[in-house]
Amino acid sequence: MLYREAGQFKTSYSADQALLPIAQDRIGLLFILVVAFIALPMFASDFFISSIMIPFLVFSLAAIGLNILMGYAGQLSLGTGAFMGVGAYSCYKITSLFPDLNILLVLFLSGFFSAGIGVVFGLPSLRIKGLYLAITTLAAQFFLEWCFIRIGWLYNYNDSGAIEVPQRMLFGLAITGPHATPVTRYLVILTIVSVMTLIAANVLRGRIGRSWMMIRDMDIAAELMGIRPLFSKLSAFAFSSYYCGVAGALMVFFWLGSAEVESFDINHSFLIMFMVIIGGMGSLTGCFMGAAFIWVLPVILRAIPPAFELNILAATMEHVSSIITGVLIIFFLIVEPHGLARLWRVGKEKLRTWPFPYAT
Amino acid sequence: MESFSAALDLFFLSPFREMTALPDLLLQVIWEGFVSGILYALIALGFVLIYKASAVFNFAQGIMVVFAALVLVSLFDLGVPAWLALILTIGVMGILALSIERLVLRKLVNQHEAILLMATIGLTLVLKGAGQLVFGGEPKSMITEELGLSTGSSDWEVFDGIVIFQHIDIAAAVIAIIMVAALALFFSRTRIGRALRAVADDHQAALSVGISLNQIWAIVWFASGIVALVTGIMWGARSDVSFALEIIALKALAVLILGGFTSVPGAIVGGLIVGIGEKLFEVYWGPIFGGGVEAWFAYVLALIFLLFRPQGMFGERHIERI
Amino acid sequence: MSANVDTQSIGDVQASTRENTALDAKELLLSVDNVTLTFGGVKAISDISFNILKGEIRAIIGPNGAGKTSMLNVINGFYHPQKGRISYRGKTRKRMKPYQAASSGIARTFQNVALFSGMSTLDNIMSGRSLKMKRGLFWQMLNVGPARREEIEHREYVEQIIDFLEIAHIRKQPVGKLPYGLQKRVELGRAMAMEPELLLLDEPMAGMNLEEKEDMSRFILDLNSEFGTTIALIEHDMGVVMDLADRVVVLDYGQKIADGTPMEVQSNQNVIDAYLGVAH
Repeated sequence: MLYREAGQFKTSYSADQALLPIAQDRIGLLFILVVAFIALPMFASDFFISSIMIPFLVFSLAAIGLNILMGYAGQLSLGTGAFMGVGAYSCYKITSLFPDLNILLVLFLSGFFSAGIGVVFGLPSLRIKGLYLAITTLAAQFFLEWCFIRIGWLYNYNDSGAIEVPQRMLFGLAITGPHATPVTRYLVILTIVSVMTLIAANVLRGRIGRSWMMIRDMDIAAELMGIRPLFSKLSAFAFSSYYCGVAGALMVFFWLGSAEVESFDINHSFLIMFMVIIGGMGSLTGCFMGAAFIWVLPVILRAIPPAFELNILAATMEHVSSIITGVLIIFFLIVEPHGLARLWRVGKEKLRTWPFPYAT
Repeated sequence: MESFSAALDLFFLSPFREMTALPDLLLQVIWEGFVSGILYALIALGFVLIYKASAVFNFAQGIMVVFAALVLVSLFDLGVPAWLALILTIGVMGILALSIERLVLRKLVNQHEAILLMATIGLTLVLKGAGQLVFGGEPKSMITEELGLSTGSSDWEVFDGIVIFQHIDIAAAVIAIIMVAALALFFSRTRIGRALRAVADDHQAALSVGISLNQIWAIVWFASGIVALVTGIMWGARSDVSFALEIIALKALAVLILGGFTSVPGAIVGGLIVGIGEKLFEVYWGPIFGGGVEAWFAYVLALIFLLFRPQGMFGERHIERI
Repeated sequence: MSANVDTQSIGDVQASTRENTALDAKELLLSVDNVTLTFGGVKAISDISFNILKGEIRAIIGPNGAGKTSMLNVINGFYHPQKGRISYRGKTRKRMKPYQAASSGIARTFQNVALFSGMSTLDNIMSGRSLKMKRGLFWQMLNVGPARREEIEHREYVEQIIDFLEIAHIRKQPVGKLPYGLQKRVELGRAMAMEPELLLLDEPMAGMNLEEKEDMSRFILDLNSEFGTTIALIEHDMGVVMDLADRVVVLDYGQKIADGTPMEVQSNQNVIDAYLGVAH
């Protein structure tokens, strides 16, 4: 009853094609944005912001990148971690070489490097399909990881092999480096992620997004509609890698403050893939849901033993959360292969007809 | 011009010169590659079994290897005699196979293969977490001697040098070849083998001719579990049993690409190519790149191979009918 | 004064164009010359030649395995014949790729419906407009102004097709869930969205009951008469062929055994022996 679209008739195609056609959805989003931009910085603790919200946003962005490739373009990828690394290292190099350049601009530019690398490793997709394509991304993952270690130039030859984030300013405030406060970093990330999500939503709804879905569903028929498989597949890799690259740079510059090769290893590739699977492939809201789920679950589990005064190691809880995540993945695949996002949508459908059990 | 020919020399000539300079080293490297190739092949064999019989790519194969080895070693640590521990572990793998079939596979009959793949990914997480929870995360040593496998080594003097052969490696090679031969025969000659191939082709069609999917899958996962156990024993005998093995199992994907996803002999051939190729590349070309190239050589090799032959070495050309 | 002269000459031009159109109406659109197609050892098509005139409905009939679908695949650019050539609008093409066929004005439906199962009816038909959409990445990202206008413009065209095919009630439904007959209609809509000059239909009425066949026949006839689309049609129902087709070509075992009007073909002895049989 609350969630009815009764009376909301669309009188133009543009209204029908809007991102959120239902008024309740628009209000909901507005509410979320208000909470995120205003309420949280004012009321939430630093811990919540640094350990939950910031990672959540960074992974959501990476999940969007991977989802574009896996969920919308249908190309399997196990190289997400490495692409994030490319973005992070490029950002580091560019800002080391041009310290006076605005860090946001550097961020914007670093994505192009990971996009370029993404295109190179995406080239085989023109001849190779499905599971075989996964090997390309695995090759990318391990080869790039090796590059991150071997190419000293990337981390300015420092002994530890790790990169330390230098301080950068915006409007007189430190936004990266040791003096940047969690709230500042959070607001920067939030803005960037919001803008990039909007852009992704627009592209996915339009001609280019449609062409990706066509290639995913039936590439032969897509070719017949005039889609050039070359252009379409490579643009998916490019766009997806751009997002992953920016996410990687955000991860290092605005969250961790430093990075080593391990930050971009294959386990991270898997982590983000789990987020996409659980959240729902082919759904933008799913990326956020999946990221929240996979990131927040271990945090909650780690907090339980102290709360109940049980003496269990943190490592143990991590294993438990592995098990739970695995079980949930299998559960979702059996019950709802399209993940949390579809469950949410079905839930909304049910809300629309509530208290009636069926939809007309 | 000079640096160009120097570069050419570096890449294409000096490695071969080095090879001929120390032929005993070359033999050693080839042998080491052969052995790790056999082990990769064993992992790949587990994949092939399941894929051949159900068109499911069992992402959890690697963790099953670790899991099987851990069960065996832990049972022994609890005081169970080696041979009994072996039999019990086989039993555990059987129970595991049955539970997977019942709880996971049965619910996903007829789904798209990507969904099944992701289910095995979920399975990997479960087994990894459970394994670490129950057995602990530290590396353990394999009970090689207790199982009756010799841990000594023999030397062979050749080319003015020595090549050292670990007995365990020889044992691994022999066992692997026997297993491959047995499985190849099983698939092509027996009734169950035929049924397995039918299931791989089309779940619904196989069901409609009365093949019991559940039985077949349980059998196949059990067989794969046995292969995992053997692999775990062999790997563990060379380097301790730890969860790092799971990542090495990813290399089996490269093996599968070279050898084909459904070919039992192909797993061996692919495994050997990857194993020997990798070692040769690391020893003779590795220094040029600063070392550590073993981490990615297998994948890049498979990738290059795929570009020329997208269906793999033994795979069938997939003709799409429209 | 000059205005009058202009209007007069325009009128003259219009009149003569109409005359010319009448003459040109039966010009050659597609010509298949001595095409042979083999797969390994199997000869799918052996030395077949026929043509399709602009504005006509050409039926291709024959028993299963005669090479009809392969023939369409060759015209489309999916298969490349070992011998012979295809000439479209007077230009001979060597190895044409499917998207080149699409951009030169050839559209197609498939025997086993090849819709994009993950998308809705509307999106599927919109996908047919892909070639006509030009706005680049930048405008797509912002979704204001040019990109939006383009999307709406094409949406309007697609809605006309949806009205024409009477599928408005299912426009937002995912096509995977639709019954077979409706899926075929959506596929037709998608092909129509390409505004093709030549439309290749592979058994568009397969699996339909009488009423659905009548609807489909009506759509095909309207397409031909209102939009002027040339149609090549593979069909098994002889009644449909007799009613719809201007000319028919009959294939059997990869060879052409008859070519002419439906009446001529129906009384051809070879055709009767190979395919039609005799009414008892």
